[in-house]
Amino acid sequence: METVARETLEDLLRQAFPDASELSVVDRTGGGDHFQVTLTSSRFEGLSLVEQHRLVYDALAEPLGNGTIHELRIKTKGRE
Amino acid sequence: MNELHERIKGIVENEPVALFMKGTPEFVMCGNSDRALRALRDAGAPVTAVNILPDPRIRQELSAVSGWPTIPQVFIGGELVGGADIVEELAASGELEQKLEEKLGPEYRSSRAERVDDVLTV
Repeated sequence: METVARETLEDLLRQAFPDASELSVVDRTGGGDHFQVTLTSSRFEGLSLVEQHRLVYDALAEPLGNGTIHELRIKTKGRE
Repeated sequence: MNELHERIKGIVENEPVALFMKGTPEFVMCGNSDRALRALRDAGAPVTAVNILPDPRIRQELSAVSGWPTIPQVFIGGELVGGADIVEELAASGELEQKLEEKLGPEYRSSRAERVDDVLTV
């Protein structure tokens, strides 16, 4: 089965959120298909959680669309 | 628009709380669906569960309706609340119960029992 590298997701997120003060992608199982994304960015300020997560989904549209991501956990924050 | 699309839209718009999940509340097939269901149950939400697994078209049409790519998806009073992470986060902060009260009224806990909607049966 095809998997996606943790670094690929991190690169995509770094491009979409160049200002991120916190950005981590953890491969939760080591299998390259269950990930935890933690992201702090000023782009999230004033947005609802649904809108914040949509921005993350937009950034990861390609790996999400081709079915290589099985599970994606997201924790987003506006800048503290 | 096709019939399945309209049925899913109808569930989203008309059910007080709709949970699109993998499996059923009695036999949950995915950890995230389980997390969302537990958070909703703990908040006393009158959940209407829809299993998306029997037919891949259910998931396709659901994402076309909501614009949300992952499962589970939770709707309260027709509004997309989010997936498991958001529902858990809102539950922890007390905002989930607030939203349920705001959308469904203060008596929402006693309004109705949990049920399953088989979206494929006409």
